[in-house]
Amino acid sequence: MSGILRPGAAVEMAHGGGGMATTRLIREIFARHFANPILDQGHDAARLNLPHGRIVMSTDAHVISPLEFPGGDIGSLAVHGTINDVAMGGAVPVALSAAFIIEEGLPLETLDHIAASMGAAARKASVPIATGDTKVVERGAADGLFITTTGIGLIPEGIEIAPERIAPGMAILLSGTLGDHGVAILSQRQGLAFGTTIESDSAALHRMVGDMLAAAPSIACLRDPTRGGLSATLNELAEAAGVSMTLKEAAIPVRPEVAGACELLGLDPIHIANEGKLVCICPPEQAEAVLNIMRAHPEGRDAAQIGAVGAHAAPGTPGLLRMETLIGGMRVVDWLAGEQLPRIC
Amino acid sequence: MKYVSEFRDPALAQSLATAIAREADPARSYAFMEFCGGHTHAIFRYGVQDLVPSNVRFVHGPGCPVCVLPMRRLDDALELAERHGVILATYGDMMRVPGSGRRSMLTARSAGADIRMVYSPLDALALARDNPDRQVVFMGIGFETTTPATGMAILTARAQGLANFSVFCNHVLTPPAMAHVLAAPGVALDGFLGPSHVSTVIGAGAYRPLVAHYGRPLVIAGFEPLDVLQSVLMLIRQVNEGRQEVENQYSRVVTEAGNTKAQGVIEEVFALRETFEWRGLGSVPDSARAIRPELADFDAEARFAISEKQSREVKSCECPAILRGVKQPKDCKLFGKACTPETPMGACMVSSEGSCAAYYTYRRVETMAEMEAAE
Repeated sequence: MSGILRPGAAVEMAHGGGGMATTRLIREIFARHFANPILDQGHDAARLNLPHGRIVMSTDAHVISPLEFPGGDIGSLAVHGTINDVAMGGAVPVALSAAFIIEEGLPLETLDHIAASMGAAARKASVPIATGDTKVVERGAADGLFITTTGIGLIPEGIEIAPERIAPGMAILLSGTLGDHGVAILSQRQGLAFGTTIESDSAALHRMVGDMLAAAPSIACLRDPTRGGLSATLNELAEAAGVSMTLKEAAIPVRPEVAGACELLGLDPIHIANEGKLVCICPPEQAEAVLNIMRAHPEGRDAAQIGAVGAHAAPGTPGLLRMETLIGGMRVVDWLAGEQLPRIC
Repeated sequence: MKYVSEFRDPALAQSLATAIAREADPARSYAFMEFCGGHTHAIFRYGVQDLVPSNVRFVHGPGCPVCVLPMRRLDDALELAERHGVILATYGDMMRVPGSGRRSMLTARSAGADIRMVYSPLDALALARDNPDRQVVFMGIGFETTTPATGMAILTARAQGLANFSVFCNHVLTPPAMAHVLAAPGVALDGFLGPSHVSTVIGAGAYRPLVAHYGRPLVIAGFEPLDVLQSVLMLIRQVNEGRQEVENQYSRVVTEAGNTKAQGVIEEVFALRETFEWRGLGSVPDSARAIRPELADFDAEARFAISEKQSREVKSCECPAILRGVKQPKDCKLFGKACTPETPMGACMVSSEGSCAAYYTYRRVETMAEMEAAE
């Protein structure tokens, strides 16, 4: 047990003061759990040797409540989320930075858990946390812990991921079940018990993406359906590409326990956040090969083709997302307005 | 999902659709009102109208508690939270409904009012227990489905001696509203799809006087797409055979007498209001519940002095006519333009049971195209 982790000890303002307490916090918690050659250089700025080429950069702030939930915590989520954003650009993630805003009073043990989980997630993904920063704010000025991670990655030759490349006739693939993350968080937050514990799908997808792009470099677009769910992601893409899209409800994978929870709460899984899923839009002749590669990874086990890209939208009109319903009717799949609200009767 | 997916089976849906197409008389049309907003959304969510012939038309009824709540009552609730400083506990559907001056519970909350979203009146009771120094008011709203739960919360509060809990009661009744729709001029209905959850409480028998008096068939229907299709087929058969009966398609849940225990709670806690204002329908006699005088301690209207106020609905909003079934969302100039789920002008665009929200969410393109063609 290291020095500052006494039982019952909590983060104090002094831990953000820049003095000895800060150094000990960084050394005994963050540096210990994140240890890697770049971070261990101990510079204010991480120095990376990168080949020439196209670099992507992405940043994501994480403010999730509760900090720890079934299937993950804010630390592993902050690693996975940014790795995925980099990977959705078609890039191989190289390094992450992490900035922590800590509320005074957060138990050091909690911070230690989260840092350990973050370090483990980064090691498992082979993406080092190369630099970081810590600030402590007064009680009430934040909610426990906020983490912002930034990632950079390199785009391999011949890869061009962009919504504008989406063309009529292309296949829409989904890497697995919808709604796991959102329902896991909601059930924790509301104290709802569903008999079985629903776990978040939080996972890093870059290895699966790497294999997909190696086999099918003509993949047009990748996106992770996080906040707003699948409906927001595909509406965004349809609008950006100026095309219509048609989904088949029967083809969209949803875990029975998630479907049950959604049924009970009056929610629709296509609007719910995911943290370990991706949507891939590719030429139809490559759909089967890409699906097989996805299914060979644990994160893509339930991958399925869920729809297809239709015609270009008339000039000046937004693209349109529609769905053939389970019973064979058609409907628009809309963006979600506001937060998803439960039914009352 | 056991017991749910069976009622969304595509092959069974097709065979029901075929039967409806075969039995619907092409020489006439059929207008059926689904009273309940839950049915409206099931119809749109699954595209049920795509499976029935064009001469079978759904008329959307006033069975959306949030939609029929007059603005005045919402303004009263906002006053409770803002002027009387209570913790106002409410179901989520109420949060975005626009009140006077385009204010809503959401805008009031961001301005500092203490408004909490709850899933059950029991959550509101817990709030009262956890905040003994504050008054907690539960916004009781809904048809007979939610009334017993509100009643149970009041009985529990009395048993536990909770002095800081009360209910702002807006519970309404289904049969009087149906009678009102049938008696009003302007809507030619051939029958009703009766509510699912309401009927589990009040029972199939509750509709018999109404059906006898007005001579329109009523089929109590479940909320799943196959339930709706089968109920439509049952209504078409009644019309074709000249029958006007109460039939119960949702017999896996609904009984003739209903849930007598829940009815007992309603009787113990609530009295009938002589009349109650509904958005769209106006004053409807014997159509709403009030908390009995002997339980006045738990009645927010008795506990707090709520001011008289003039609440004015948005003028060009067609919510009232849409709720009566005489207009459709496409007949409203605001639909999809000034009024969207993001910036709602009327409750029908907000509630997950409102007709405008259903048209906007699931059939916006067709509706907007029809509006343009009509201009």
